[in-house]
Amino acid sequence: MSQTTPTNGSANGGNGAVIDVDLQSIYYGNFRAVRDTRLAIQKGTITAFIGPSGCGKSTVLRSINRMNDLVRGFRFEGHVRYRGKDVYDRAIDPVAVRRHIGMVFQQPNPFAMSIFRNVAFGLRLNGYRGNVEERVEKALRGAALWDEVKDKLRQSGLALSGGQQQRLCIARAIATEPEVLLMDEPCSALDPVATRKVEETMLELKKHYTIAIVTHNMQQAARVADKTAFLYVDTSQGGRTGYLVEYGDTKQIFENPKEKPTQDYIAGAFS
Amino acid sequence: MSIVTAEQRQAHEVNLSDLEKSLRHVRTLHSAIMSVVIGGMSVMAMVPLASVLWMLLSRGSERLSLALFTELPPAAGMPGGGISNAFLGTLVVVAIAALISVPFGILAAVFLAEFGQDSRTAAGVRFCAKVLTGLPSILAGVFAYAVVVLTTGTFSAPAGGVALALLMIPTVLLTAEEAIRMVPARMREAALGLGATRTQMVLRVTLPTALPGILTGVMLAVARAAGETAPLLFTALFSDYQLTRNLMEPTPSLAVLIYDFSGSPFPTQIEIAWAASLVLVFLVLVLNVGSQVITRRYLHK
Repeated sequence: MSQTTPTNGSANGGNGAVIDVDLQSIYYGNFRAVRDTRLAIQKGTITAFIGPSGCGKSTVLRSINRMNDLVRGFRFEGHVRYRGKDVYDRAIDPVAVRRHIGMVFQQPNPFAMSIFRNVAFGLRLNGYRGNVEERVEKALRGAALWDEVKDKLRQSGLALSGGQQQRLCIARAIATEPEVLLMDEPCSALDPVATRKVEETMLELKKHYTIAIVTHNMQQAARVADKTAFLYVDTSQGGRTGYLVEYGDTKQIFENPKEKPTQDYIAGAFS
Repeated sequence: MSIVTAEQRQAHEVNLSDLEKSLRHVRTLHSAIMSVVIGGMSVMAMVPLASVLWMLLSRGSERLSLALFTELPPAAGMPGGGISNAFLGTLVVVAIAALISVPFGILAAVFLAEFGQDSRTAAGVRFCAKVLTGLPSILAGVFAYAVVVLTTGTFSAPAGGVALALLMIPTVLLTAEEAIRMVPARMREAALGLGATRTQMVLRVTLPTALPGILTGVMLAVARAAGETAPLLFTALFSDYQLTRNLMEPTPSLAVLIYDFSGSPFPTQIEIAWAASLVLVFLVLVLNVGSQVITRRYLHK
C-alpha cells in the first residue's frame, strides 16, 4: 500500500496540495456555468463541495479528471493542477488523467458482469500482470464489501442491493489504486443505512486516498469532510453562474462561516 | 358567497350507489366490451400461425426420418429420397451471408451509435439502411446476379450468400444500433472514469452489454434469410447433387427445394417439400432458442 501513497511532500508541490483548482470559467456552449473557483485539495483529506442545486459543484468536481470533456459544448478556462501538472495542458492525455484520479458516480453503475470482473475491470484495462485475485480482494476489503460478497464473486454485480452496488463501484475505482477519488453525490440514491456504510468506508479510505466529494447532504459533509467548499449561484448578472463563496475547515464553515451566503445557507439547513 | 356554500352542500350529498360494480354504468360496460374485443383479436391473430404449424407438423412429420437427412432428393416419380444436400446448402449459404453481414452490420452500428451519432454520414447510412429494409428480396437476387454471378460466370453459394447478406445487413445494423444505444450512459461513464479509451469502452463494456440485443437482431436476420427463396433463384440456383468442396457451383437450398417440389405433380416430391418446410421452421427455431441460451449463459458468467 505504501508505494501507491507516497508521503513525499515535495512531490505535491511543497504545500501538500494534490489537486490545485484554479478555475476562471466553465462554459456549456454560451452558458457560463461556473466562475472564479480556486481551491487546493490536500493530500489524505476528504474535501466536500456543498451548495444549492445548480451551483455547479458537480461540474467543478467532474472537471478535475476531465469527465466533462464528453459533454458537448464544454469549455474550461483556467487550470487544474495535479501534482503541479496542468491536466488541461494540450500535451496531457485525459484517459491517463482518469487513471490517476478515479471517480464514483451518483447512480451506482456496475457493469453487467460478475462482481469479480467488475472490480478487475480497471486492472485489465491497464494490462495488469500481477495477481488479479489478490488485488480484487484487497479492493473489496477496502470498500468494506468483501465479507458480503466473497462467496458470490461470480454473480452479477447488478444483483446486489443499491448500497452494495455503490461500494462495488468504490472497490472498482480503488482497485487500480488511483491517488485521488472523486465522488459525485455517492449516497444520493442510497437509504440511510447504506449511506452510513459508505461514509464509514470513506473515512477508512482516507488513510490511503485523497477524496473529494460532492454532496447535497450537509450533515454528511459535517460528518466526513475535513475541508468544505461552499458554492453558490450568482443570479446578479442575469444568468445562473455558480461560484466558490467560501472554502475552509469543515468546522469553521459550519460553526463560524465568514460570508453572508454561507451563513444563510448553513442557518437554513440546520434551523 | 352563496354559490360557494351551495357547492359545498352538494359535495356532501354523495350518491354511494355508483360505487357498486354494475354493467349498467356506461363506462363499465364499455370497458367490458373492449376487454372481450381485444382478447378475441389476440386469439384471432394466432389462428393463422397455429394452423400453419399444425399443417406443417401433421404433413411434414410423415416423412421425418434419418433418411431425410442422408439421402438426395428423389427423381421425378421415384419413391424415398431426402433433403441432405438442400439442408447442407442452406446452412452454407446462410453462413456465408452471416459472415458478410454480421461484421459489417455491427461495426457500422458502433459507428452510428457511438462515434458519429449526429454526423451527416450517420444520417445517410441510417436512411439507406431503412430503405434497404423494404427492398423487395428479388431485387437483392438480381443485384447479386449482376455483381457475382455474371462476373464469376457461375451460379454459386457465395452468390446466394451475397444476395442474402444484402437483406440481412439493414436488420443487423438497425437492431444493433438500437441495442448499443440502450446501454445506459452511466455504464459508459463508469468505463471512461476508470481510464478506458473509447475503443476499450466499446469493446469491453458497450458491446458485451448490448450483446443480447445484437444477437436478437442477428437471429432475426438469419431467420429471414434462411426462408428467402427469390434471391436464391438467380444466385445459388439449385442442384440435385450433394455439395462438394467447390462452392463455386449451383448450390441447393431448402427454400428453393420447397419452391420446386411443392409445384410438382409427383406425391413423393410433395411429401418431401412438406418435410423440408418442417425442417426449415425447426432450424430457425433451434437457432433462436440456441442464441437465447448462449446469451443467458454469457450474462451469468
